[in-house]
Amino acid sequence: MSSSIIKKLLLAAVPALLVTSCAKKLDLFPQNDLTSATTYATAAGYKSVLAKVYGTLAITGNTGPAGAPDIAGGLDEGSQVAFIRGFFNCEELPTDEAVVAWNDQTIHDFHNLAWTSADPFLKGMYARPIYDITLANEYLRESTDAKVASRGITGADAADIKKSRAEVRFLRAFNYWVMLDLFGKSTFITEADGIGTYLPKEISRADLFNYIESELKAIDGDLAPAKTIEYGRVDQSAEWALLARLYLNAQVYIGTPKYTEAITYASKVIGAGYQLLSGYGKLFMADNDKETAEIIWSINCDGLHTQAYGNTTFFVHAPCGDDHNDYGVGGGWNGYRATSALAALFPKDGSGNIDTTGDKRGASFYTSKYKATSSQVVIKDVSDFSNGLHVKKYINIRSDGGPVSDVTNTFSDVDFPVFRLSEMYLIYAEAFLRGGTGADGATALSYLNKIRWRAYGDSYGPGNAGQLTSGNLTLQTVLDERGRELFWEGHRRTDLIRYGLLTSGTYLWPWKGGVPSGTAVDDKYNLFAIPATNRTANPNLSQNTGY
Amino acid sequence: MRKKRLLARPLALLLVLLLCMHAFPQNKVITGKVTDSKDGSPIQGVTVVPKGSRTGATTDEKGYFHLTVKNNVSVLVFSSIGFTAKEVAVTGADLAVSLTAFNASLSEVIVVAYGTRRKGDLTGAVTSVTAKDFQKGEIASAEQLLQGKVAGLQITPGGGAAGGGSRIRIRGVSSLNGSNDPLIVIDGMPIESNNLPGSANYLNTINPDDIESVSVQKDASATALYGSRASNGVIIITTKKGAKGGVKYSFNTKLSLAHLTKYIDVLSADQVRSIINADATATGNNSYKNLLGTSSTNWQKMVFRDATAFDNNISASGSLAKIIPFRLSFGYLNQEGILKTNTFDRYSTALNLSPKFLDDHLSVNVNLKAAHTNNRFADEGAIGAAVSFDPTQPVYAKNNYGGYFEWLQADTKPIDLATRNPLGLLDLRHNTSGVNRFLGNIQLDYKLHFFPDLHVLVNLGLDDAKGKGNDNIDSISATNYKTHGKFTYYQQEKRNTLTGISLLYSKEIPSAKSKVDVLLTHEYQDFTTYAYNYASFGERGNKDTVPGSAPQFATDKPEYRLESYLGRLNYTFADKYLLTASLRRDASSKFSPATRVGYFPAFAAAWKLKEEFFSNSGVISELKLRGSWGITGQQDVGNLYPYLARYSRSTNSAAEYQFGNTFYNFLRPVAYDANIKWETTTAADLGMDFSFLNNRISGTVDVYHKKTKDLLSVVPVPPGSNFDITLLTNVGNMDSKGVEFTLNTTPVRTGTVTWDFGFNITYNTSKITKLLKQSDPNFTGIDVSAVGGGLTNYIGKFAVGYAPYVFNVYKQVYDPKTGLPIDGLFEDRNRDGQINDADRYFYKKPAPDVLLGINTQVTYKQWSLAMSAHGTFGNYMYNQYNSNNGVLRAVKNPLLFIQNGASNYLQTQFTGSNINEYLSDYYIENASFVRLDNINVGYNAGKVFNKKARLRVNASVNNVFVITKYKGLDPETSDDKGLMFTIYFRPRVFTLGASIDF
Repeated sequence: MSSSIIKKLLLAAVPALLVTSCAKKLDLFPQNDLTSATTYATAAGYKSVLAKVYGTLAITGNTGPAGAPDIAGGLDEGSQVAFIRGFFNCEELPTDEAVVAWNDQTIHDFHNLAWTSADPFLKGMYARPIYDITLANEYLRESTDAKVASRGITGADAADIKKSRAEVRFLRAFNYWVMLDLFGKSTFITEADGIGTYLPKEISRADLFNYIESELKAIDGDLAPAKTIEYGRVDQSAEWALLARLYLNAQVYIGTPKYTEAITYASKVIGAGYQLLSGYGKLFMADNDKETAEIIWSINCDGLHTQAYGNTTFFVHAPCGDDHNDYGVGGGWNGYRATSALAALFPKDGSGNIDTTGDKRGASFYTSKYKATSSQVVIKDVSDFSNGLHVKKYINIRSDGGPVSDVTNTFSDVDFPVFRLSEMYLIYAEAFLRGGTGADGATALSYLNKIRWRAYGDSYGPGNAGQLTSGNLTLQTVLDERGRELFWEGHRRTDLIRYGLLTSGTYLWPWKGGVPSGTAVDDKYNLFAIPATNRTANPNLSQNTGY
Repeated sequence: MRKKRLLARPLALLLVLLLCMHAFPQNKVITGKVTDSKDGSPIQGVTVVPKGSRTGATTDEKGYFHLTVKNNVSVLVFSSIGFTAKEVAVTGADLAVSLTAFNASLSEVIVVAYGTRRKGDLTGAVTSVTAKDFQKGEIASAEQLLQGKVAGLQITPGGGAAGGGSRIRIRGVSSLNGSNDPLIVIDGMPIESNNLPGSANYLNTINPDDIESVSVQKDASATALYGSRASNGVIIITTKKGAKGGVKYSFNTKLSLAHLTKYIDVLSADQVRSIINADATATGNNSYKNLLGTSSTNWQKMVFRDATAFDNNISASGSLAKIIPFRLSFGYLNQEGILKTNTFDRYSTALNLSPKFLDDHLSVNVNLKAAHTNNRFADEGAIGAAVSFDPTQPVYAKNNYGGYFEWLQADTKPIDLATRNPLGLLDLRHNTSGVNRFLGNIQLDYKLHFFPDLHVLVNLGLDDAKGKGNDNIDSISATNYKTHGKFTYYQQEKRNTLTGISLLYSKEIPSAKSKVDVLLTHEYQDFTTYAYNYASFGERGNKDTVPGSAPQFATDKPEYRLESYLGRLNYTFADKYLLTASLRRDASSKFSPATRVGYFPAFAAAWKLKEEFFSNSGVISELKLRGSWGITGQQDVGNLYPYLARYSRSTNSAAEYQFGNTFYNFLRPVAYDANIKWETTTAADLGMDFSFLNNRISGTVDVYHKKTKDLLSVVPVPPGSNFDITLLTNVGNMDSKGVEFTLNTTPVRTGTVTWDFGFNITYNTSKITKLLKQSDPNFTGIDVSAVGGGLTNYIGKFAVGYAPYVFNVYKQVYDPKTGLPIDGLFEDRNRDGQINDADRYFYKKPAPDVLLGINTQVTYKQWSLAMSAHGTFGNYMYNQYNSNNGVLRAVKNPLLFIQNGASNYLQTQFTGSNINEYLSDYYIENASFVRLDNINVGYNAGKVFNKKARLRVNASVNNVFVITKYKGLDPETSDDKGLMFTIYFRPRVFTLGASIDF
């Protein structure tokens, strides 16, 4: 090619080169999203992130009731990655308090005490606490005093963010407690770890116990004083309540008894001014957000604003069928019931039915279904919903008779009580009986009788049948009382493990281990299996013994 | 001969001399003779013009020409119909020129990426189908024109919905979580394949009657010019253009009737009654027996109907004011779906202008297409309901739900999760939409005056689609009785703009026997969606908002952009050796500044063996060897911002949390991979094009191998390391191999009878070769393919060593006496005494190994008979209908209502209480099939109406029959996962058509 041709070529290339480079135009940002800089530019932004750190325990994503899930991974949003429902499946389904009729994947493995590391429900229940911890860490990274100051947030707003930091550390500790209790160890990440695709470390059971304990103690000074913070957020009393629960189970968690510490922290909560309110049933109704005198911390659900299929909406649908109107909802899901072993904890009348003239708590499953034929207390066929006790504990009906917020009677207003005063009374009594110091028998007895006074309708019932005497003050009494007072609130598995009854042949209930009369199972089922996919993704995670 | 020539020369010389005396001194005279290269015989009527001019001379009957030209003319162009044009340097005043008769098919111009090429000069694997070979009958959507016509191309219609679309796959799949749809380019404008709300299918707004040709680009060298969007192949649609000359009109009309010939094999009302009665006797429980009705309702016949379609197109084509070639068309299609209430209307118009200006230096090509479609979508849930609804119940009953029988609770409210009345679903839902689409581009081709070898090309395009509609569920419908109906308005607009500028240099260097053309392009494309969000309303009170439906944001604007530079070199030596090299540089807004640039090179070479070794052979018309190698990319992953650390808000008011008395919406950090980048596919292809006996036998064979790496996959990540437990990231490899063979023959060709027969066959296999960053011997794969059974069960996996979506199942145990499966009994493959996940095994896959297409046509005088068929082999399907409905638990629904079951239950007697039943290999069925797509009879009436018009009439049957072992409704599904519960049933369609040209 001659040089003149090259010149002409170059000349002609000019228009092509004149087209301005569009490199900058490729930096796009979604219209309705925020960067971390814009998110945290205002106190309102902090509050919306804080709402998420709390709210991920109540609903499953950024769209209610489903859609835009927090956790995907092929899991079912409504049933497998919802905190309340997942926690319930782990804490109640393996026990005498609950069985399920549905045929959903591996759900029968829970009551049968036969789960494997491939279980999708366990995968979801491992993911949810860790997800919330990841959110908490992000919040903690962005809410240091220096960062808040650098964003020009001062005064009351800055003080509230400082307080919320302590709350977020509490929520992180609470989620780690869930991991400790269910899996016996955990993936361990703090605000020092970033976001990416790295392999987080694993923390052992003992180290995790110590971490939770030290975190809870460390935030004591930053949390709001007991009973002073707005509804829905935690204060010191929640921290004490979690410590009390942690110490009560220390023998199981780390092999060292900490009953004295359990008494110390239960007493702190009891001394903070909480009291049992009149009418046990009101604690689980649509307007239970009014019951702050007794409820220490609840996970808040609302029929309009906080919708999910795996929060208390599950509690008001899963246990009912055509008796759904009694639960305040438009239809039942025909799924979860209790075994006859739960009924056996309550006094019977002459014809073998639950006697609700005394202990009113049994009315929770004294439903038309049960009353029609008493044979239905016996489960002949697990998948037949007409067998078994319908548990009407949580109902989407207001105690004041007013309308619930969802006019379609689908989504629940009931808040899920995580800590309430009764549990602290029961911890006090049990820790005393197990040798903790700083307590006395008379106080323990009086606490138990407070619970029973309320249970019998602010009396001890006909012939004072409900009143306990010092002769009744045994560990078995406390366990049975826990069964009657706290059933379906997510305690039973932990309680049975503490009493050595979950896997052994000492205590059998219908369909334990998958057989009608119940059978002992391998001790490995005292802990859940670490989901196999997590170990594939993170080789740092070890499996629990036996799986 | 010789004598004549001797005489001619002096004569010519004399003429030259005479002319020289009288002509302007700068002119010269050239004479010569043009002969056929084959036998040296003279060619008459050859046009001889100086290069760059339009005036010249033609040869006489003896092949002689005589031409006066300016002195500076150095090259003459010789062209004639049936011969390859030739440029000859003026070396003297008397020229001997020989022209080569060309093979018509080889000189056919094929549309390729960023230009055209003669078929004979192609270096890549490209198949072009022109209008005359399109699938016949009533076809509403463009891709269906290609059914069975192209090797390696699989077109699977989603079903029989009016205006519905298809899944298109070229040479199998190359991505797991990215798109596997090919890029569609219409008249030089790449279009967005994601559908618009309110549109049944993004291709149905293009009127098939306006399409001239469709060119399928298969190998990397053919597609790499489209770089990051080319991994799944490219389909280039070219619409009809105007031609010079008087205005001609063409009108065609089609009337068709769709009729359903096959229904799902459900239980009859009496069978349901006897099952329930027997069960009541056995269990002593009458609760289901008491629910039985006394009717015998065929619900499938209640929801389907015979449907008609009426399709009219008129076009005018010619030159405006004798200088502007144009084509203008209007079309109107009115189509009913066979599912009651489903309709589709399309008004379309297309205008093409292709004038030339500035002494032909500036060519302008304007393509404008506009369409308005009206859709009424039927609630397709009615199909599933129809096959599941209790046949013992009547259609109508006295109740508060429109008089449609519904399953009610004791309080007369519908049972929440019960199957709804199929006819009620259809009649009480009014889901209508209107879509306007404008697709237009203008292409300028300016040949520089001072340097005509160089062209400057500009391409400006706009594709704008706006859809809006109302999805209204009547307040008396049982589906939304709680909110007293549900009324939803929706609206969305998608706008895709393209600006491109190119330089094209083409030069022939006769002295070096070389032809070169070089293309350089800069291109910028933007895809913006304007989404509008609205709440739904119920009819309670004063039109209350449906709880939770209020959107957080009134609008959203998802957007992505691509900026590209590309270069291509075509080099031809001695008209025997062809070489193509190209490189594209794409930058995508979907990736971070550090990773967004990708380079996609390709090379291809072809060797014309015919010209090399058999140039004088009369048997071999064409023989060409091709080879190519190239890299293409993938970025279509749905998520437009996967690399960005960002926070997203609650999308509605139902995702908030209560502190005090206030509800706060959420701000949630989103999972992201800052390092995410292109998925790349490296592909190699070796092919041969051949043609014998003057094209009586022709064909192509190709072998290919594609390797995809850095797959954009959603894989498990360590919990705690990111804001989710799975993440879209680059991990994994996939491997595809295949062979394609196409053969077209004309076994009979006489004056009155022609018989054409052709077929294509493709073998393709795809395998995942890597899936995780770290290896874990216990990892069996990623669960995919959700199937029923209360909650989600997964029947398929992405697993290393297997095809995508391989089935992962339990091995059913059969009764050796009866040969029937035993309920709930599966092989304990690891012999550990329990049946669990570890006993599942990999068994078959949904993708076919072999694709087949067959076409044949016989013409006798004015009559023609054509048939076409396609089939697939080696593909398996999960019969989800049988696994869901072929069990007692389905008939006796635990929520206390009765459903219809699959007649398969009569054999298996499965109870449905065993969860593993859903994952039994019993339900994996061979779905290989052959479908006779079309029989068409045509009659060409020739000139009618005083010889002013030409008339053709034809009659077609589409979807004539299917041969398959599959026991369900239809072996063909557009679902990559190979699951079939129901689809929109495919009808048989009868069409009568006529076309008049005048």
